[in-house]
Amino acid sequence: MKTQNSFFRIQIHLILLAISVSAVSCSSEDSGPDWQLVWSDEFEGAAGSSLDQTKWNFEIGRGQNGWGNNELQYYTDRTENASLDGEGNLVIIARQENFQGANYTSSRITTQDKLEITYGRIEARIKTPFGQGLWPAFWLLGTTNSGEIWPQIGEIDVMELRGQQPTKIASTVHGPGYSAGNGITDDYTLTNSRFDTEFHVFAAEWFTDKIDFYVDGFLHHTVTKEEIENAGNEWVYNDPFFLILNVAVGGNYVGSPNASTPFPQSLTIDYVRVYGE
Amino acid sequence: MITTYSNTMKQILYSGLLFILVLPGCERSVNDLDEPTFPTNPNVFIDGFSGGLNYAAFAGSVPAAFQVDTEVTFDNTSSSMRFEIPEVNDPRGGYAGGTFFTSGPRDLSGYNALTFYAKASESVPMDIVGFGNDLGANTYVASVTDFRVNSNWNKYIIPIPNPEVLTEEQGMFFYSFGPIDGKGFTIWIDEVKFENLGTIAQPRHKIFNGQDQVVTSFTGIVTNVEGLISTYNLPDGSDQDVNATAAYFDFSTTDATVAAVDDLGNVTVGEQGTATITASVGDVDALGSLTIESDGPFDAAPVPTEDAGNVISIFSNAYENVPVDFYNGFYAPFQTTTSNDFEVNGDNVLNYENFNFVGIEFNQNVPTIDGSEMTNFRVNIFLPNPVPANSAFTANLRDFGADDNFGGGDDTTLSFTVNAGSNPALVSGQWISIDLDISGMANKSNLGQIVFDSDAGPGLQGATIYVDNVYLHK
Repeated sequence: MKTQNSFFRIQIHLILLAISVSAVSCSSEDSGPDWQLVWSDEFEGAAGSSLDQTKWNFEIGRGQNGWGNNELQYYTDRTENASLDGEGNLVIIARQENFQGANYTSSRITTQDKLEITYGRIEARIKTPFGQGLWPAFWLLGTTNSGEIWPQIGEIDVMELRGQQPTKIASTVHGPGYSAGNGITDDYTLTNSRFDTEFHVFAAEWFTDKIDFYVDGFLHHTVTKEEIENAGNEWVYNDPFFLILNVAVGGNYVGSPNASTPFPQSLTIDYVRVYGE
Repeated sequence: MITTYSNTMKQILYSGLLFILVLPGCERSVNDLDEPTFPTNPNVFIDGFSGGLNYAAFAGSVPAAFQVDTEVTFDNTSSSMRFEIPEVNDPRGGYAGGTFFTSGPRDLSGYNALTFYAKASESVPMDIVGFGNDLGANTYVASVTDFRVNSNWNKYIIPIPNPEVLTEEQGMFFYSFGPIDGKGFTIWIDEVKFENLGTIAQPRHKIFNGQDQVVTSFTGIVTNVEGLISTYNLPDGSDQDVNATAAYFDFSTTDATVAAVDDLGNVTVGEQGTATITASVGDVDALGSLTIESDGPFDAAPVPTEDAGNVISIFSNAYENVPVDFYNGFYAPFQTTTSNDFEVNGDNVLNYENFNFVGIEFNQNVPTIDGSEMTNFRVNIFLPNPVPANSAFTANLRDFGADDNFGGGDDTTLSFTVNAGSNPALVSGQWISIDLDISGMANKSNLGQIVFDSDAGPGLQGATIYVDNVYLHK
């Protein structure tokens, strides 16, 4: 797997161009790209074991100002906060406990330096936690390889959810001039289901000139280079990004947990798959 | 059965439970070969009564509080339900309350919530709304007590604690609304129906309000699982508590010979030992438990031998008791004593726990006792736990004097204190008979109060004390 990882540290859209060309005759779809799986973690492994650290990193601690959002949790690499469930899932567990001065613990994992991609389809099958103050997310950040910092590096939020709104997720891009509360965002609401009771597939299809966001195959949000530039802003999505999965507790986006928030709370991830054209 | 209802949920529930106890054969019927099926009609009141729906007002409520309204309706439909809550002291009734029930059962097991829209003439709490009140056994009652309504139509959701049990239900919807700050108001309810919502989830359940209770008990005592609550997360992310009857839950015991539990949460204490009662709903374990520490057969108080004609009894199964206001006055703020009275083998026992002092009174809504012919005041006490040093139990009998009222300068009190050195002595594990000679009491024709206290021996504070056979005799 290591060779595969180093392979994909190169921009995959270029590497896989040849594959997509050779596969185009097999495609039955007239519209849309012919996606080829280029990286995945299916989270197969023994219950209680930690995740594959050839693919993932843990980010530890409380970050600066609660990871920039006044979040309340301390992120650890303990299996109490992130481990495989033995049934093909990774479970990130937010707990209410005193740990290193924080009142909550959780995990935040990234593919930084292990999988960095530009363009493609980024997909995960996920069941969320619920309750006031829980903030799970599946997202991408631009690398700082060029020395730039957020929001210049760009951020693509495939999915984030407020635990107190278990039927609604948001998909957002953040860049210079359109970050934080001004991110370009849209919601998707389930009418007779919830994100915490069953798995749903969240995906972003990222192209040179637009990003499409899907929930269960339904395109619910598109952000184009044109609209960003028409607003006088910069399209910052031509460089390598890495993946992040985390469960934050509290913070500006979601507010603090309250007495009725049940703990522990789990973000269950069946798989993460990355496709190239 | 209607006349047995009153305006508190407890009484609504208990009247149903009593009925069940009398007719145990009426509980869940299980016949795998020939399970009858019933209509699955989810509608209760949409634009009028659904098929087979009836209405009955609860006793003591304003009989005509419920009317069909064709003016104020949700979404301009043809009619809604209007409930006029009376002002306090309304001669027609003290509250608005009633139940909507079907003539024949419906199978509601395919739904997971009762929903409706409601608005009110002003912002008010809805005292209680629910379903499962069928004017019969009331086996599967579920209710919510924390809804608020205001002048806009809003949707309300009552999750069904355990839908799979509702295969044969007649109680579709019931309500009880009382005056707020003495004032009446109006509530409209519309579009009442059962639904299967994919947006309610995360069931959590509790017995004994989620607490782990431990009680000392004796063979033959029957107690109930109480404080049953199912909590579901609603589409708006909030948690909704639903009060449930025991039939929604499944119970188990760690040792049925020590404490057996039936489908309705009745716990019967058996032989000496320890057993824990727990519950589940579906595959979700309920929080809370009841641990019974059975001391085996109860050592009953000695049966009084005085002739009934020579006795004025305040608390005894051997005689007919005079009416009292209460056996525990819960005097705020200093009293710690709680009551956990029990009945064992037909014998009622006052069980004072966390003792410091407690009063029995007969002077407020009942007459004081004329004890002028009586010579003695008798009470039996039993301390199940070791008696700490510096313990003393004092029984005080108070006469209210000529004014027949507490205080006023004419009251007299006679007391008797039992301690380690008295006769009888204060000991644990056996009944102690206190027989106070009151022949010399100056006034005893307006006896109004008995107080038991630990003032002379604070070692007794916090103790458990059983009391039986409280009476005057000659």
